[in-house]
Amino acid sequence: MALLEIDNLHLAMRSFDGEAQVLNGISLSVDKGQVWGLVGETGCGKSVTGLSVARLLASPPARYFGGAIRFDGQDLMQADEAAMRRLRGRRIGMIFQDPTTNLNPVFRIGEQMVDVALHAGATDPAILGLPQGAPRRARLAAARQLAIRMLDRVGIPKAVDRVDDYPHQFSGGMRQRVLIAMALIGKPDLLIADEPTTALDVSVQAQILQLLYDLVGEEGLAVLLITHNLGVVAQICSHVAVMYAGNIVESGDVRSVFKQPGHPYTRALLAAVPTVQSVRGALQDLPGAVPDLIHPPPGCRFAPRCALATPACAQALPAPVPVGPLHSVSCLAVGAAA
Amino acid sequence: MIVPVLLGLSLLVFAISHLLPGDPVALAAGPQATKTEIAALAHELGTDQPLPVQYWSYLTGLLSGDWGQSVLTRRPVLADLRIYLPATLELVVAAMALAIVIGIPAGLLSAVFVDRWPDYLSRILSLGAISMPRFFLGLLLQLGFAMQLGWLPLNGRYPIIEDPPPFVTGFLSLDALLAGDPDAVWLALTHLALPAIAMSLSPLATITRMMRSATIEVLQQDYVLTERALGLSRWLIIFKYVAKNAMSSSLTVIGLYVGWLLGGSVLVETVFDWPGIGLYATKAIVTQDFMPVMGVTLAIGVVFVLVNLVIDLLYGVLNPKVRLG
Repeated sequence: MALLEIDNLHLAMRSFDGEAQVLNGISLSVDKGQVWGLVGETGCGKSVTGLSVARLLASPPARYFGGAIRFDGQDLMQADEAAMRRLRGRRIGMIFQDPTTNLNPVFRIGEQMVDVALHAGATDPAILGLPQGAPRRARLAAARQLAIRMLDRVGIPKAVDRVDDYPHQFSGGMRQRVLIAMALIGKPDLLIADEPTTALDVSVQAQILQLLYDLVGEEGLAVLLITHNLGVVAQICSHVAVMYAGNIVESGDVRSVFKQPGHPYTRALLAAVPTVQSVRGALQDLPGAVPDLIHPPPGCRFAPRCALATPACAQALPAPVPVGPLHSVSCLAVGAAA
Repeated sequence: MIVPVLLGLSLLVFAISHLLPGDPVALAAGPQATKTEIAALAHELGTDQPLPVQYWSYLTGLLSGDWGQSVLTRRPVLADLRIYLPATLELVVAAMALAIVIGIPAGLLSAVFVDRWPDYLSRILSLGAISMPRFFLGLLLQLGFAMQLGWLPLNGRYPIIEDPPPFVTGFLSLDALLAGDPDAVWLALTHLALPAIAMSLSPLATITRMMRSATIEVLQQDYVLTERALGLSRWLIIFKYVAKNAMSSSLTVIGLYVGWLLGGSVLVETVFDWPGIGLYATKAIVTQDFMPVMGVTLAIGVVFVLVNLVIDLLYGVLNPKVRLG
């Protein structure tokens, strides 16, 4: 059984104009040690997928109307807030896009980390290395030591001195390291990273990716890396799922998806990445626009933009067709060819 | 900054009080006084000198602790202020304490339960509190808690028949505490309760509303999502992490309200017969006794500037980025 299983998840979001069909039957399964890249353009539903796993979307406006999310066998759609809190910060860690806005600006980073450590310790005393029911003073001291160790771990120089600094005293890259330390403080089994490098300089991006890659290797974490950057996926992911307008259109191991992209959308995405060989001024774009999710097109949501579309594409959502040992594509054209 | 502010204030008050029509000296001398007697009194008080000379001697007097003399009571203004200012300050401090202790959590909860019943309740109550005139509210409180229920004294600072605790700070409740007399503390606090409540309602309502809107904004911030994603409990996030971020706008209001309550204390002091600077200044204004008026204005100015200095320092406590190097 996989650590995280998302099974045919449907999500609608209420808005002023109507209910948007944001997730249209997502299925994904993430095992320990796997680094899944979830790629797609803005608004395709990749971030809400990550937030759904941690059950962080307020409902309303969010409405789940089908499917399940299972984490280590536990059905998260049925879990209450208390049960989710026992998972968050402990077994499921999260990091987000912009490190400049994700740390509370008016608290020392140590104080924020200590609270996270105390929370993780309340769920599992072993995190702090203390027996059950240790006095608060001991827990505070242990939490602080753990915070310093984690800062050291993510490469903050002189962690002992920096633990009492405020977020604005750190650079963007350093703040993202602090946030990674915070997310890993509870020794999670699953790390959800929502565009963790998008807001950073390219050189810092590489450092943060390297850090994540190393930590994943050492801890045996499962990772759901949400990004729109195919380069990032190629660098650190073992698997990739390509999303388009609320559907996963193609998924599989990175090597085979990047070498033999099956879905027309994946091909278009890969073709759009400029390389040194690209002719100057001739960027490859994709005609058409992302569909309106309040009134989504019937059948395959990519069909209106697809060069290979046939009338059959508008009939029903194509089911995933396996094209390799781990690789599957949801496209009628590919299914016909296979 | 405090020096130019107070210098300007003194000049302004001095100018206005001397531009007003009427002859305070004649008023003080009484209806039977002859022209010679009035002139003698004017000479004694120094009001026959040219205005710049009068201002200069007033200013130098201020610095040497001579804040002039009340024409009416013939007592030094500073000695009067020593009695009346603490009475009003005690009232204002109690009122602001109530407003802060209730208003901050009320605003936070209102924002957390936005557009649900706790929010509607707090919004209706704060709108009512802002709309209600303080003196009228004071009368209602007296009617309810003093006349009908008899829980609290009707007015005054302390029972006339009792000896008040020895004067140290001028804050009766504090003096009673210093004297180690629990009964006196209780008496002082029960007398303080109704006027403090009457005075606290508008700052309470304003702080609640400021806190509500600031909290709604802070709740949208990314770091709140991060804190939730890392499993921190809802109440820890709200009362610790969100509250500190949302408090600075309320801090501004608190600073402004201290000045506003000091200046407007007369309404509550009249209803509750509270012997503070509001009553003192009003009597002085009615009799055109300008030295006390100027003294009270300057005293309020000093307190206001000092309070806002503290507020400026508190901004640094709330937000480390504001801290000076």
